[in-house]
Order: sequence, then structure tokens, then C-alpha cells
Amino acid sequence: MSVLEQALESGVFGITAEMAPPKGYDFTEEMKVAECLKGIVHGVNVTDMQSASLKASSLGFCIALKQHGLEPIIQMTGRDRSRMAIMGDMLSAAAFGIDTMLALTGDHTTVGDCKASKPVFDLDSVGILKMLSKMEATGKDCGGNELTSTPHFYKGAAVTPVYEPIFLQINKLKKKVDAGAKYVQTQGIFTVEALETFMDQVAKANIKVHVMAGIIPLKAAGMAKYMNANVPGIAVPDDQIEKLAAAAAEGKEKGVKGLPMQAGIEMAANLCREIKERKLCDGIHLMTIGAEKNIPTILEKAGIAI
Amino acid sequence: MIVSKRKPVEEVLAMLEGVKKVAIVGCHECALACKVGGDDEVAEWKQLLESKGYQVTATAMPTESCLNFHVRKAAKELLKGQPEAILSLACGSGVQTVAQNVKNIPVYPGSNTMFIGQVERVGHFNEMCRMCGDCVLGQTGAICPVTKCAKSLVNGPCGGAKNGKCEVNPENDCAWIMIYKKLEAMGQLDKLAVDIEDKDYDGKSWPRSVEVK
Repeated sequence: MSVLEQALESGVFGITAEMAPPKGYDFTEEMKVAECLKGIVHGVNVTDMQSASLKASSLGFCIALKQHGLEPIIQMTGRDRSRMAIMGDMLSAAAFGIDTMLALTGDHTTVGDCKASKPVFDLDSVGILKMLSKMEATGKDCGGNELTSTPHFYKGAAVTPVYEPIFLQINKLKKKVDAGAKYVQTQGIFTVEALETFMDQVAKANIKVHVMAGIIPLKAAGMAKYMNANVPGIAVPDDQIEKLAAAAAEGKEKGVKGLPMQAGIEMAANLCREIKERKLCDGIHLMTIGAEKNIPTILEKAGIAI
Repeated sequence: MIVSKRKPVEEVLAMLEGVKKVAIVGCHECALACKVGGDDEVAEWKQLLESKGYQVTATAMPTESCLNFHVRKAAKELLKGQPEAILSLACGSGVQTVAQNVKNIPVYPGSNTMFIGQVERVGHFNEMCRMCGDCVLGQTGAICPVTKCAKSLVNGPCGGAKNGKCEVNPENDCAWIMIYKKLEAMGQLDKLAVDIEDKDYDGKSWPRSVEVK
């Protein structure tokens, strides 16, 4: 049984981290970093060429994590794969003991770094979930043919909680859950108010799913401003940007490096603690964007353990 | 209509390299409206090719370059001066229909065929239909998610819209926000709860044919 499934389905506050494979085949550095996540998260969610930038595949990296004793969560997007390729990759994933997945539509190739690649989108996130659920229920492949062995996955999806009109996100979330998603991780949220507003909507729509709040520890004021301007669904409040800027100013004055990152860690840890203490949702998903080494500190400061 | 765009002159001249006698054929329908293959453009190409030393042996303007029986008549005119090559300014369907009617004379395209679209105003065309073969417009307020959403999503939007605009091309409105607004205005928001089936590609391998009797 999936470690994340065991946690969420038994009411334990779920903790997942996110890692991206490198643009290359040598995973040595990443595996060293992953060591620090052992025993402190329920799963390591591996991106599938996020932002449509070419990287080693999620499947390969998940296998490497598994071999290093971690619990990988495979992200599976429809951008580069037909339904056959998705199912084939998922069968291979199962063969290596990967039992937890996250279905995503995927960023469009035109926003990535291999723009000439054909955007496939045979299935979107809902379609991927439907196909896998049907496979699990019937023991048949996407063409209706018998499989010799049928894996089962703990399936999840993503949602953008800050969105106008939110009706559309909630409507699609319902479709994802109906299609088999048991947990959902949100786009990065920065305030409890944003999470509460979203959770109200989920409750109103009577959607039964485990919600994991997406947490992006901020590294600098510039990063926050950039995300506000360019990343859909991201809304970093001004006071947090000001704290980061103040930390940078202080660091400059004292000649100390890394103060904005520390401020970001503090803010992320406070948010995580409040989410858990007030039971606002079922878990957190940490998107540290290359700074996975900070995750033990964030969790420690937040007082959260698996 | 079929919307097409003019190919760069150099690309056309490269295809015509080595020949002297060229015939030009346009199309009085879509290519005319797109200003790539109407009477004016045929005249323009004639003048240009002549200025480059080609002999333009004939020009023709079938009512529709994709209609076999129209093209058959035009082909007779085109072949009269014994051209070594034919430049077709029609869409891909027109180019091929001409080619089928002129035996082994090479036919070269003068335009790139882009999409099925609407003429929003003179000279401005918008893609409207990707010919998926399973029309869903009845569920989506007559706004096509297969065409108007860059990912052809049928289950609702991705999370990528910013201020109602598509993240893939911010000049475009998010298809699903447009659909939402239209359905809301029509009192049909309940249609969004209904699943649209994923496209079934079985039996849709090209080239396809349709028989009407």
C-alpha cells in the first residue's frame, strides 16, 4: 500500500516534497539531496518536465529514488504521451514498486524549452485518471484487452485554488475526484485565508478528497514578484514581499548572506504549522524548487513530522 | 472557410528552379478571400514570375480549386501552352486536385494551408474548427474547446489562465472562461457538470472519405 495512502486514509497529516530530475542522466547530486528527505516525508513527488522544459523522465528518476529507499510519487502528464504511452509507463512504474501517482495535463510545449516538440494531449488530467481507474477496475488496457497483471495506484491531481471564476476549478476538481483522484495538491498558497476560502468551496461542492496545500518557500522578494506577475494562480501578499526585501537589506548592511531565504523558510514553516494546528486541510506539499535541502529545517520549525 | 497564407517568394522560386514555362492557377473561393489566390494575386504572381524571366503560359481561375469537375475544365486551359510546371495558389486540397488533373506536370503550392476559420473582418481570420469529427459545441455554448483551448481540453480549464487570458498565447482568451461566461449568460451552467468523452481516434485514421447519398 502506498505510504501516502496509508497516511492520508488513516487521518495522518500528509507531507510530500517535490523534486525535479536534472537535465542530464547523472542523478548523483539529486540522490544525495534526497537522502535528507528519508523518513520525514510520505513521498517525493517527481516532476514530469515541469514548465515543459526537457529533463530526465519522471519514471526514471522515481525508479532511482525507489532504489535509494525513498517513496516516489510519479507525475504523469499528457503533454508528451498518448494514452498508450501513459499506460505503458504506468505499468513499468508499477514493476519498480511505484504505487502513487499524480495526474496532470502538463504545461504546453510552447512555454517550454523544446518548442518544436508536438504537444500530444491525447488525455488531460481527468482522462488519465479515468483511464487508470478503469484499468484497475477491469484488469484491461486502454484498448479493452486483458492485462496479464494489473497494478493499483494511489492517484492524485492538482488544483489552482486562487482562480477566477473559481467555479471552473471546483467543477474540474469534482471531475478529477469522480475519475479517481483521492488526494489533490494545490498550486502554491501563501496565506491561510487563501486556503480557507478554497476549502470552503470544496466543502460547499461536497467534494470528498484529501487536500494537500502547496507550499512554496520564497527565496527572495524578486522571486515573489516574478511569480506574482508570471505564474498563474500565485498571489504572494505584499507584506511577505516586504519581509523578504527587509531581510535582504539587513543582510547587505551586516554583510550576511542568505537572510531572505531564511525569512522564506520562517514564513513557510509558520504557514505549515498553522495549517496543521488548525486542521485546515489534510497535508502539505512542499515545492522548494531546487532547495530541497531546506525541507528538514522547514518541517522542524513547523513542528511537523510524519 | 479554409484559411491559407502566402509562401515566401524565395521558397516558391526555389521550387520553380530549372523551368521556364509556368502556368498559374488560383481559386475563386477561400484563397481569394484570404488574398493568396484570387484574380489580383494570380496577376501579381504572373508579373513577378515574368520579371524573373519565366514565361507564364496560362492562368486559370476555377470557381473552386477543390472541386474536381471545375478543375478538370481549368486544367485544359492550363495545359494549352505546355507549361513545365504549374503554380497553384489554392489550399492544399486545391493543389492536389489540380495535380490529379494535369497528369505528370509538377504542381507547386504558392501558399501554406493554415486552418478552418472565420473572417472576423476583411483580412483578419480566426481559427474556429479543428475538424475533430465529434462536435461538442452543443455542450459548450457554441465555443469550441478543441480549437480555442491550446491544449484542446474537454473537461474544463487548466490552472494557467491569467486575467482570463491563455498562458500559451496571452493574446487569446481562455476558451473555458469564455465557455463559462456564455453558458452562465444562457442559464446553462449545468452543462459543465456533464463529462465530455475523450476523443476516440478509432476509425479516424486519415485520409478519410465521406459519402453522401
